[in-house]
Parts: sequence; structure tokens; C-alpha cells
Amino acid sequence: MNETQGQARPKLACRVNGSPISAEVEARTTLLDFLRDRLHLTGTKKGCNEGACGTCTVLIDGKRMNACLTLAVQCNGREVTTIEGIGSTDALHPVQQAFITHDAFQCGYCTPGQIVSAIACIAEGHATDGDTVREWMSGNICRCSAYPQIVAAVLDAAGTTEARQDA
Amino acid sequence: MRDFAYSVADSLDQAVAADGTRRMLIAGGTELLNWFRLGVAAPDHVVDLAGIEGLRAIESDGERLTIGALATLAEVGEDRAVRAHAAVLAQACLAAASPQIRNRATIGGNVLQKTRCAYFRAEEPLPWGCNKRHAGTGCAALDGVNDRHAIFGWTEQCAAVQPSDPAVALAGLDAEIEIAGPSARRIIPAAAFHLTQREAADLGLDPAQAETRLQPGEVITGYRVPIRSAARSAYVKVRERASYEYALVSAAAVIELDQGVIARAAIALGSVAQKPWRLTEAEARIVGLPPTREALLPVLKQCFGDARPLADNGYKIAMAAGAAARAIVEAAA
Repeated sequence: MNETQGQARPKLACRVNGSPISAEVEARTTLLDFLRDRLHLTGTKKGCNEGACGTCTVLIDGKRMNACLTLAVQCNGREVTTIEGIGSTDALHPVQQAFITHDAFQCGYCTPGQIVSAIACIAEGHATDGDTVREWMSGNICRCSAYPQIVAAVLDAAGTTEARQDA
Repeated sequence: MRDFAYSVADSLDQAVAADGTRRMLIAGGTELLNWFRLGVAAPDHVVDLAGIEGLRAIESDGERLTIGALATLAEVGEDRAVRAHAAVLAQACLAAASPQIRNRATIGGNVLQKTRCAYFRAEEPLPWGCNKRHAGTGCAALDGVNDRHAIFGWTEQCAAVQPSDPAVALAGLDAEIEIAGPSARRIIPAAAFHLTQREAADLGLDPAQAETRLQPGEVITGYRVPIRSAARSAYVKVRERASYEYALVSAAAVIELDQGVIARAAIALGSVAQKPWRLTEAEARIVGLPPTREALLPVLKQCFGDARPLADNGYKIAMAAGAAARAIVEAAA
């Protein structure tokens, strides 16, 4: 045992999709479990839970990261954006619309992570051509293997001329 | 995952109190959280380094690069000075993991990751042993699945390899690792930081469990990379899929050319041992050769006399020689 055992649980204060969040969490709680189980934001999926599949991808201070490899308490003071914070049913985000246009999903399980990752990929300037998109989207696995359509959607949303040929 | 107390260190003094077992440090957490889930580590207290000022900077004074331990792999890989003076390190950082992980994982923590050996990483209890996971249970890889394992420096206790990409580049660059401890600071050459199982045994340590020269309570604070104005460098990572995969083998080459031939060379290999493996014999023998595959490959292939392949990893000798040749050719290009 050590000096902090028995003390109150760590406090977490952050913003999730623009709303202030204040909570006590067990230190071991991952951001992924906190989002899904405490905030009921289940759009962020739990695939491998070890950083191998990317389906838990969220933005933390605008950068894409795996929520399963992040402790919730590490997000203190940070801004977290999940798929629920992107677009709306009335006004889809351009990346969401591009995924529909290009039929870039089959079962859909990886899609929230793909879309969040794609938004960051485009913002980083890594959606320039098919090879670059394949490299910079490699952290998101699609077991239905809709990769050609995903690459086309990302290029289309980025406004890249290669979009149509690539699929 | 067992729960633990959590605190944010705001000075190195608080960080160096961690013993690495009951009290552990977290930076990005991309590796540590998986250790917790597997039960490889189960600390009482986790101390977050994120609050420590000044450990994230990447700077160049013209003679050397200094890279703070908390710089992420993405930050190191995209840094203008790193790309200009240590291309091999930028390439290695961007060849590691995925964009998401590179945004969290730090250059300090990266070199402390553990092997990807399937027996060590087993999620469920297996009927086979792993001395690294549970001391004294044996090494199932020696007579089992060992195609990803070491060809250098292994012992009967363990044949795991260190999978870090940046560590290979740092070893090839003759970088130094800055370390703070409870009572003193010290420097360890990057090429000597990790231990092969044989080296650990020779130091009287557990050959399966001792992986680095870091002592309990010590923390990596950064790296110093010497800048050689004439040096060119490149990293080649060979893997079973083109991206987001660990290396089968990798090679870092740092060379200087004089009138079209190699005047100086440093070659470090990855995923062939539990440390970045400097190919010192080859470094001497290729001086004077042109940087072409035809000239280099026959010589490089002769420099694996110390290799002791296991049943299924003999391919690594030819692959590593080829990767080294390609890295030199790409560095010279």
C-alpha cells in the first residue's frame, strides 16, 4: 500500500464534444470505457482493446488517438471529440457524406473510427493521393475490407482529384 | 486491470521516486496500458510525467539535436531539424505503429517497450512457459514459434527481440540517452542501453527479464544526437504488410561519402536481437566501396558469422543483409 491508497478517486475535468464534463473515475478506467459506460457515447467502438484496430479513434485536442490506450484521467483539461460530436443527422460532416457516397462500409463497426481518423488525416494534409491515404489510414482496420471505398471517400472529402480514379 | 493510485508529477524529483514495479511512470501509456491488461505489470501507483515542463522540446544547436523524452513519435518524425540532420530517426518514428499511436507514444517510452513474442503477450494462460512473463517457466519459443525471434545474443532462457524502430535509428546515429535517477544524472550510449539475454546473464542479471541498463528509480529524460554535417542516413523496415506492423527485420544506415565511395558507415539492425545490433564488422569492411547493392550485399552477407538462427528464423540473415544494403543505398541517394 502507499500514500494515496484510500484517498478519493481521481477527478476528471475535461470537455467532450464541447460540453464540460466533471467526474470521479477509477484511475484504471480507459477513455474508451469512460466514454461508453459513463457518458453512454457508444459510437466509439471497442474492437481489440489493445491499440491494434483503431475503431476507438477519437480526437484529443484535435489529434487522433486510440481511446483504449488512454486513461480517462490523462484527459484532464483536454478537449475530446467523438463521432457523436461530428455532424448531425440533418447536416452530415463532409467525411460522413463521402463515406455514404462511396459506400465505404459494410458492417459499419469500424466506421466511426474510420471517419474520425479520416477527418484528422485530411486536416494533417495526409490525404493527397491513394498511397498516402493508405499509409496514413493504416491505423484503422476494416475486416469487411472496404478499403478501396474508404480511400476513395477520404480523397473525395479532401477534395483530391484522384478520388474518382482510385476506387 | 487492477486499479491503482494516480498522480501527476510536476517535477523530475517526483518522477525518480518510481521503482518501476510498485510505482510506475506513465507518459503516452500506449504500451503500459497493455501491460496492465495482460498482468505483465500491476503497480499500486502510477505517476504521470505529463505535467513536467521542458521534457518535450526538440532543439538543435548545430552540433547536436536534443530531443525531450516526452516528444511524441509524430513530433519527432515530423520535426524539421530531425528530418534534416537525422533522417533515419524521423523515418523510423513514422514507420512505427499507426498515426493514432504516434500521436500518444513518446520517444522516451518507446525504447522501453517489450517484445511482441506471442508467448510473452498471450492473453490467456497457455500450457507453455515464458521466462520473461513468469520467471522459471521456460522459453516455449526455443522449440516453438520462433520465426520472429533473435538470431544474436539469445540464451536458453529467452530468445525475444526488442521491437522498437526509433531505438535502431538512435543506435545507428551514435545517440546518447539522458537519464535522471534518485541521486544523479547519467548518460548511456543508445547502442549500449538495451541488453541481449547473453549480456544480462554476463552481468549477473536474469537473462529473460533484464532488458536495459536502466536502474529502479531512473527515468529517461531525453536524447542527444550528434550532428555530422556530411552524414546521410536512412531506415528500412521489412514487414509482412506495408504499414502498421512490427518489423521482421529493420536496418538503420548512417554513412558519409567521399568521392563516390563510403568513407564512414554505421549500421544498426532491428528485430534480430534484444538490442539494436550494430554490424561493426561490416561498418569497417564496406569503407571504400561504392554505395550500390551489387558492391555491398556480398560483403554484408559475410558479416553474420556470429548469428545463431533458431529453427524458423534463419531467413533473417539474408533479409537483414538486404535491408542493410538497401538502407545504405537509400541513404546515399
